Parts: sequence; C-alpha cells; structure tokens
Amino acid sequence: MDAKDIYARLERQFPGKVRDFKGEVKEPYLTVEAPSIVDVCRFLRDDADLQFKVLSDLTALDWPKEEKLQAVYHLFSYTENHQIVLKVDLPRDNPKVATVEGVWKVANWLEREVYDLFGVIFEGHSDLRRIMLPEDWVGYPLRKDYVEQEEYDGISTQRAPLVEKLLR
Amino acid sequence: MNETAPAQTGLYTEEMTISVGPQHPSTHGVLRFVVKTDGEVINEAIPDVGYLHRSIEKIGEKVTWHGYVPYTDRADYLAAMFANQGFCLAAEKLSGIEVTRRGEFCRVIACELNRIASHLISVGTFGQDIGAMTPFVHALRERETINNLMEEICGARLTYNYIRIGGVGYDILPETRTRIAEFLDHFGPIVDEFNRLLSGNKIFIERLAGVAVISKEDALSYNLVGPNLRGSGIKWDIRRDIPYSIYPELDFEVPIGSAQVGKLGDSYDRYWVRIIEMQESVKILRQCLKMMPKGPAIAKVPRKFKPPAGECYARVEAPRGDMGFYVVADGSEYPYRVRIRTGSYTAMSIIDKLSKGIMIADLIALIGSLDVDAPEIDR
Amino acid sequence: MKPLLNSLPETVFTTKVDDILNWGRASSQWYMLFGLACCAIELMQTGGPRADLDRFGAVPRATPRQSDLMIVAGTLTYKMAKRTKLLYDQMPDPKYVISMGSCSNCGGLFQLAYSVCKGVDKIIPVDVYVPGCPPRPEALTEGLLRIQDKMMHERWLVKTAQPAGDTAVA
Repeated sequence: MDAKDIYARLERQFPGKVRDFKGEVKEPYLTVEAPSIVDVCRFLRDDADLQFKVLSDLTALDWPKEEKLQAVYHLFSYTENHQIVLKVDLPRDNPKVATVEGVWKVANWLEREVYDLFGVIFEGHSDLRRIMLPEDWVGYPLRKDYVEQEEYDGISTQRAPLVEKLLR
Repeated sequence: MNETAPAQTGLYTEEMTISVGPQHPSTHGVLRFVVKTDGEVINEAIPDVGYLHRSIEKIGEKVTWHGYVPYTDRADYLAAMFANQGFCLAAEKLSGIEVTRRGEFCRVIACELNRIASHLISVGTFGQDIGAMTPFVHALRERETINNLMEEICGARLTYNYIRIGGVGYDILPETRTRIAEFLDHFGPIVDEFNRLLSGNKIFIERLAGVAVISKEDALSYNLVGPNLRGSGIKWDIRRDIPYSIYPELDFEVPIGSAQVGKLGDSYDRYWVRIIEMQESVKILRQCLKMMPKGPAIAKVPRKFKPPAGECYARVEAPRGDMGFYVVADGSEYPYRVRIRTGSYTAMSIIDKLSKGIMIADLIALIGSLDVDAPEIDR
Repeated sequence: MKPLLNSLPETVFTTKVDDILNWGRASSQWYMLFGLACCAIELMQTGGPRADLDRFGAVPRATPRQSDLMIVAGTLTYKMAKRTKLLYDQMPDPKYVISMGSCSNCGGLFQLAYSVCKGVDKIIPVDVYVPGCPPRPEALTEGLLRIQDKMMHERWLVKTAQPAGDTAVA
C-alpha cells in the first residue's frame, strides 16, 4: 500500500489524533498525538490490509530550538512489503509517552535505550532502567545540551596530549 | 529467593545467582548474564550489556560525513564492510549521488568476502563454545587468506574504511581478482570439511537439536533478523526483497531453516543457514568476477559533503541481519543524528524468554547460535 | 645404574640463578584472554595458525588466577573499568600488562566519546604499549618479545628487587 493510503486509513479510524502527513520526502512520516499511540500501533499491527507485524526501530530526535523531543517509530511489514514512520512530539522538560511493549515485544529493549540516552519516560514499561550506561550515570548523553562530567568514579575524563607529557 | 522445602532427600536447597561474564572465554565480546539457577537448570538469565558502549551515535554529530565512515567500521568489526555500505547508502540516498557501476561491483565483492569471513568466525566460535576446538583453528586459517585479500584490496585487515560515499576507496586490480578466483576454488571443499567435522557430528547434533526453538510469531514480535529469522522459516532477505546495489542482477538462493534434525527454528537450523549462506556467497563472487565492467571506481563527490536537509533510512543485509541506518541531515557538513539499528541488539531481548528451564550449557549454545556480538549491541 | 651426569659428557653448565629463572618465566608467558573489542579478533588471529603465539610458549588462559600476562585488547569503557581493576588484582605476582591497540593506549579514535576511558593506564600500570588500529600480528608478537626482554633483566635474589609491572617510562 502507498503511504498516502495508509494515512487515509488512519485518518478514518482515528480522526483528529493523526496529523501532518509528509508524503513527498524519502521516508513518508506522520505525526501521532502522544496519548493515542498505543491504539494506533495496535490497529496498524492487527488490520488485515496493513499487517505491520514488525517494529523495525524506535528512537528519538532532539530539537532544542523547538523545545521538543520526538520519538520516532519505524514500522515494517514483511507480507505486504511496505513501511511507515510515526513521530510523536513530546515536551522537552517532561517527556512521557505510553509504552508499546504490549504490541511488539521488542519495544522492551528499544525503549530502555531511548530512556537511557534521551530521558524519555515510557509509562507502563515493565522494567525501565538504564541499559548501556552504568546505573549511577548522571545525565542523558544524546541530548544536544549534554555536558560531559569532569570525572567518573575517580577516573578523570581528560587526557593530556602526548607532546606536553614528554616535554615535562 | 526461591527456597525449595526439604524434599524427598531431606536436603535444603536454594536458588544460586551466578554472574557469567563480562570477561569469559567465549568470543562474543564483553557480555554479562546474571543467571539464577536451581542446580544446573536456569530459572532466569538476565542480560546486562553496555560494557562496550563507545557512543558511536553521539560521535556522528561531531565529525563530518566523510570522516564518519571509519567509525561505522567499529559498529560491527566482524562485518565492517556492511556498516560502511549502510552509511554510504543513506548519505547517497539523501543527496542523490549515483554510484558508478564498477564501484558497485567492487562493493559487492568486498562485502561477500566479508560475509564469508564473518560466518567463518561465527561457525568456528560456535563449535568452540560447544566444545569442539579443532574447527575454530581451521576457520582462522581460512580467514587469514581472506585477510590477505582484504589487505590487497584496501590496505587493512579488520577495519577497512573502504566503501566511501559515491563508490569505493581503491580499485580492485587484476592480480587481486586472480587471487580471489584461486581462493574460491580452494574454499569450496573447505565447507565440506566443516560439514564433516561439525555438521554431521553426532555430539554436535544432539547438543543442538530442539534447543531454544523460536516460533515464527516470536521471531516477528521480537524483530529478529538475518539468519535468526530465516532459521525460523521466514524467507526474508534484504538483498532479494528490498534490493539495493546490483543484487537484482545476481543469481543466488536464500536458505531457510527446514527442521533438519529437530524442530523448526532450533539452534541447528540457524547454524545450517549460515553454512549454506557461505556457499551462496561463493556463487555470488564468481558471478561478480565474470561480470565486472571497466570504468571509474568512485563518483565525483565534493570534499565538503553537504546533503540537503532531510532524513533517510537505509538497510543492508549484514551477516548478523538487517542493519538499518537512520540518518538525519540539517544541511550542514555534520550529520544531525545517526542511528544504527543492529540485529544483535534485538536478538538479546529474546534470551530472557528462551532461557527459562534450560541448562547452563544450553545457554551458551543459544548465545552462539544467535550469533550476537558485543559491538553491535552496545555500539 | 650409573648416575646420569657422568654418562653424558658436557651436560653441566653454569649460569646465574637470575638468568635461569628469567629464561623459564619468559619462555612460558600465559596470557589472559581479555579481548574487549576489535583488537580481540586480531589477538585470536595472532594465536591462530599463521602468526603463532604458541611457539613462544604463550597459551591463552581464561582465568586471571592462572595467568601472568594480561593483554588488554580493545576499548575500555567506564563501566568495564572497575572490573578491569578487579581482574588485575586477581592475577598473582609477578604480572605484566600489554596495552594492545590505540583504544587502550590513549582512547584511540574514541577520544570524542563520553563513555570511553582514555587509556587503560589510568586504571592499571602498563609495561608495553603496542600501537595500531588494530595492530598486525607481527606487532603484537614484537610486544611479547619486548616483555621477554624486560623479564630477562629482572633480578630476584637481591632484596631490593623492583616489583614487576610498575609503570614504564617511554
């Protein structure tokens, strides 16, 4: 199915909850309101024509100028060989969205990574804790305003250039 | 904590918590599992990752487009060519650059050689984890020849930085093509040697048949890709279904698991798919060597590469599955966001579910059959 | 039966105790498999058939308790740093450390990263640095031979002997 037709189906099923369809770009995407993301995903997975059984990727983008974080969902279907991208806008100071773990089980680990690196809180997640960084890390590194710490656990994060060390 | 009451024998038993890793003799890299066992039978195996998190995604925002290609090498060092190609595909899609035809052939030759090398390591270390030490050394010997060929092509043995935006870094010389043809003639019987040593081995079959079966619904819901997905019976290969480069002109089969010795989707199926894929790669390489055209190996790409603002998702069929590159550009000479989605990361999420009720030795067989490796998980 | 020494001429040789002890130690360095990242693959290839480490007597051991050489091959992250120190402490004396590859020498090309420790010598003392990304098997073999040279120059019988494995300058 074409991305335009997928958007038309979604608009019929969820009027007012989906908007801003961009079809001329290389990866057509549409924006979904945060409270209804789980229903939209479940519909996309179970509908007989859409069959989006696979969540290819769940990541986030940081737009500090527009004061928002965007959660990006890439959905794919092996049987129909089509794909769609969903984006959810979240406020930067309180990014919360419901988890889609009940729809695709892979979302468990993908959401943990987004929480770890961006700080987006997924409500209803069974086990939301840091996955890549140590448990006592402070800050969310992939945000654009992240400042690296001076030292971690007694190890300094800087290293003097070799020329200075040899001349000393 | 689980406490079984003093049972028939009158013994008092408790659940034991063991930490497997992060330093351990298996070669999948630094992974850690917190395993709660009742004797030899596992109750729960929780993976703990992040010991090799090198923040490759954040570095993408600090270096230029051309300068990021060596970092993609390290995103999966056993399949470095594919990571290079994925990023370059995304950059080319964004900016509309067309790769030269000879460049495409050089890319496919380098990639398929790399696929053979990666599957050799996978099969060899899988045998070593099960206990068979000999096939590992045979795999390393074959890999030495491939490393020599790679060194002739691009100058490096492991982290290549060969596939650049617009084509490849260096052309493949005629002497190298002769040597690749000699290697292919020598390699065909080697796969039969592996089959004699490992695949037909009664102990190997009994260790793997019926262990850690993954059903089709689970494979889709947990987003397994590559040989893991094909081992469960789903015929999906990016080279066939979302074709890129010159794969539509090449003739090769896509192997799927077929319950050869146990159930469909068990560890032996996934291993067998990798063995057949090595033979298919040899076929692809022979066709490429015959069909290679003349011409430039790289298109004209500006030094300060500034693609127009936009975003793009490119997929390549790496040895460990479909590697997706989600690249967002904002018009400057640094990417805005680079996201690498690898097959091993999502394969780790299924280990918790599959490991309930199996023994500790089966956990090692499961991790080896899923062919996870640490740089793909942690990036 | 006649005593063995008298029956075979020219089998008695004199040497220093230090030399014979050091020669024995240098010819059988058992290294711990501490491969973290890409350099681990080159470490495996060095132990493999073409560039064989076994001919120098170096065999891989899985546990630190049975090894006297630690080859840190790969990038060290902060999450791994504590475990590295623990493993180094578990090795018995005399112990040596080879830092293999750019990432463990100084952070390598990941100096821009936020989660990478810029050099393993911030955590444990290093004897030999082997540069490369990844180093060729010949380079790692050269590093092993330098450790052999270092071992041959140590003195054990004098009470003021230097402890093994302190930070080497240049």
